[in-house]
Amino acid sequence: MSCPRLCGSSAAWLILNSTAVHGQSAALNLQAPATSLARMEYDLHTMLLLVTGAIFLLVLAVMLYAIVRHRKSVGHEAKPFHENTTVEIIWTVLPLLILLAIAWPATRAVLNQKSTHGEDMTIRITGYQWKWRYDYLDDNFGFVSHLATPRAAMAATAVRPEHYLLEVDEPLVLPTGRKVRLLLTANDVIHSWWVPQLGIKQDAIPGFLRDAWFMVDKPGIYRGQCSELCGKDHGFMPIVVDARSPEDYARWRTARLQQLAASADDPSKVWSLAALRERGEKVYGQNCLPCHQASGKGIPGNFPALDGSPIVNGDKAAHIRIVFHGSQRNPAMQAWGKQLSDTEIAAVITYERNAWGNNTGQLVQPAEIRAVRGGSG
Amino acid sequence: MASGAADKLPTAHKPHGLGRWLFATNHKDIGSLYLWFAFSMFLVGGVLALCIRAELFSPGLQFFQPELFNQLTTLHGLIMVFGAIMPAFTGLANWMLPLMIGAPDMAFARMNNWSFWLLPPAMSLLLLSFIVPGGAAAAGWTLYAPLSVQLGMGMDLTIFAIHILGVSSIMGAINIVVTIINLRAPGMRMMNMPMFAWASLITAYLIIAVMPVLAGAVTMVLTDRHFGTHFFNAAGGGDPILYQHVFWFFGHPEVYIMALPAFGIVSQVIPTFARKPLFGYSSMVYATSSIGVLSFMVWAHHMFVTGMPATAQLFFMYATMLIAVPTGVKVFNWIATMWQGSMSFETPMLFAIGFILLFTIGGLSGVTLSVAAVDVQLHGSYYVVAHFHYVLVAGALFSLFSAVYYWFPKMTGRMYVERLGQLHFWWSLLWFNVTFFPMHFLGLAGMPRRIPDYALQFTDFNRIASIGAFMFGLGQLIFLINILYSLRHGKTAPQQPWEGANTLEWRLPTPAPYHSFSQPPQLETAENGVVLSMRDGGQV
Repeated sequence: MSCPRLCGSSAAWLILNSTAVHGQSAALNLQAPATSLARMEYDLHTMLLLVTGAIFLLVLAVMLYAIVRHRKSVGHEAKPFHENTTVEIIWTVLPLLILLAIAWPATRAVLNQKSTHGEDMTIRITGYQWKWRYDYLDDNFGFVSHLATPRAAMAATAVRPEHYLLEVDEPLVLPTGRKVRLLLTANDVIHSWWVPQLGIKQDAIPGFLRDAWFMVDKPGIYRGQCSELCGKDHGFMPIVVDARSPEDYARWRTARLQQLAASADDPSKVWSLAALRERGEKVYGQNCLPCHQASGKGIPGNFPALDGSPIVNGDKAAHIRIVFHGSQRNPAMQAWGKQLSDTEIAAVITYERNAWGNNTGQLVQPAEIRAVRGGSG
Repeated sequence: MASGAADKLPTAHKPHGLGRWLFATNHKDIGSLYLWFAFSMFLVGGVLALCIRAELFSPGLQFFQPELFNQLTTLHGLIMVFGAIMPAFTGLANWMLPLMIGAPDMAFARMNNWSFWLLPPAMSLLLLSFIVPGGAAAAGWTLYAPLSVQLGMGMDLTIFAIHILGVSSIMGAINIVVTIINLRAPGMRMMNMPMFAWASLITAYLIIAVMPVLAGAVTMVLTDRHFGTHFFNAAGGGDPILYQHVFWFFGHPEVYIMALPAFGIVSQVIPTFARKPLFGYSSMVYATSSIGVLSFMVWAHHMFVTGMPATAQLFFMYATMLIAVPTGVKVFNWIATMWQGSMSFETPMLFAIGFILLFTIGGLSGVTLSVAAVDVQLHGSYYVVAHFHYVLVAGALFSLFSAVYYWFPKMTGRMYVERLGQLHFWWSLLWFNVTFFPMHFLGLAGMPRRIPDYALQFTDFNRIASIGAFMFGLGQLIFLINILYSLRHGKTAPQQPWEGANTLEWRLPTPAPYHSFSQPPQLETAENGVVLSMRDGGQV
């Protein structure tokens, strides 16, 4: 884009798309806090802003005064003093005292953030490339939360929905007024779970468990994003927390548990090719598409193509092996056996073997995956 | 001054042609090589930054796919740190240190040649990595494991490049240390050295201490990638956080490696143009040393959200806040130097004042970030991007511009074009702020860094930042034009172009002769390298 066009279009943009059009003004401060933690952080930041702002203005004022008055062009003669022990002691001790004054509330805030005991419920959050899994440990169920903004909306020309890149298919639903303890971990690389309004940011680290807590004040939708560079789709890993009143939450929980019981896959069911393909396309779209692309062509140099791939078109067992166990050679290819059910793996393999230019006509039944799972202990 | 010194040398040779540069052992030639190399890398890294800002001009993916975007951010960081800022400071130290302390040359002239000539192959490896399968490293300049373990062969090239760069900067640093310790002219006591020499000395120690740590970190990544070790793989008994500890044990002092020489430069420039001695010289020396020491004790403030225990968070928070004290002392000293001075505002002074102003903003946002409880909201966000650009662009880069303008007459024998220099300053000051100030707001509002596409509420400030970045980039051409023009057509510089300059380098003829101080001058010096009297000191 040429510079004149760049400047021209942006000037026009600034005039046309003022806050009224977007309904969102450009924020100058932290997002409105919705938990005691976030409020504490907000207040602490305000205090720091005032203190540092005052120091800056003071420094600026003295400097500007000197620049205006003590210049050669107005005939000011230099006074060659170059030390003064008293002022040096003052401007060493005074900042120390200011820092001590800051350290006191800061310490209390840190201790508060870290006190995760006495929880009412516990959620385990697992970061995956590039989605979040939420497990309700008290109720023994969980689900995966994916970006819900369609990929087409990222094209330059598309009209973008209001919550572009900040919407998911399955938000984390939680009750208000309950102390929620989070246990965070990751499956592949380090991710970071950040919801500004809840005052939480905590890295999710593979192989380790970290904890954090919050208690939401009032019902609402709170949005955030992964904040640790986790690879290609780092920018497309939103977090949505749907906080509901305890009654609403209880209703949602009951409905959710019933729905789960009703829709559970029977791993011994025998599927038809068409049904498996259809199911597999969904699984593919949620899990495989970011790397291997909708076209199955992959991203040359980074992620191999599945369309025409010798593994996908060759021996079924090899195909199952790599989907189930991941790739030793290329760690970006995950071990999906840990993440997906037997039915989902069977479906996605069937889909891959019969999508794009691949036309093996073969299908893989969930029982075959169960055999692998059993065999792998 | 050069009384008969030339006659005593067998050949007053000055090599010519390509060999002069390829086999350079003269500190001035090597210094020039470093500076030109650093400037060209600054342009390359700058173009990468402009690619990033072009992509972020609007929401959506316009120019680059996410994987390439990550490569651009990674290489922008690596090139600016290792290709532009660090070599530029080494180049300046090479050029000016011998002149400022009365040494004949750097202590190890041939090692000096080697330490420079390692840079081009290392940077070639980095740039080459864009075209290998899988592209360049895409894990950010911090190259966090396990993400960096996943990447393609671009990562291996990057690791190799870092090894070479490390060797280069360690050799450059050893040279600086030995030169300063051993080759000072009689009468130049340590506590009389120019602040620039002090800053370079402390920086050099930091480099020697931490570059091997970085080499260790990336070597562990390399063996994790190819030789079945599991340093950073929890499933194999390793710890992904170990990488961050090792990296930041290098990375935090690295921040000061890019800041301390700037402090030194400003401590030369401000007294010159205020026509007053530097205020609180010895406290400057102590402040600089204590910043150097403290910089080793605060690394984990980059890791507040990794989930360390409260006690560790508190320790690193207090230690980090403490750095504000010596840094504050330095800022107050500079302002006290200006106070009651007789100031004039030539380009070097403008850049030095701009440095103080903007570095203060960067320092104060650093205090905000140091508070662990608030860092939870700001870590990994654009607030951090704003903070470290205020420290590294307005800090390191502005001070480098100040230095180049300041010493340009001595280096080349010609004056730069003052009006262009001033235009360069005001242009840079304006657009720098337009670029980076809004990033504070983006971070506060919740925009993560290193994302190629963003939610709609971040659009306004991203647009402003992108416009600022393009204009800032454009402004650097003013500098290039000024330098190229002045090298040929600039007015002839007097020996002493700045009224208030009184350090040793200004006692030499202009341009500085090819071999200066073939015999050590007998000096009588005061604080900050101020020369009270000088006898002898031959040049060729």
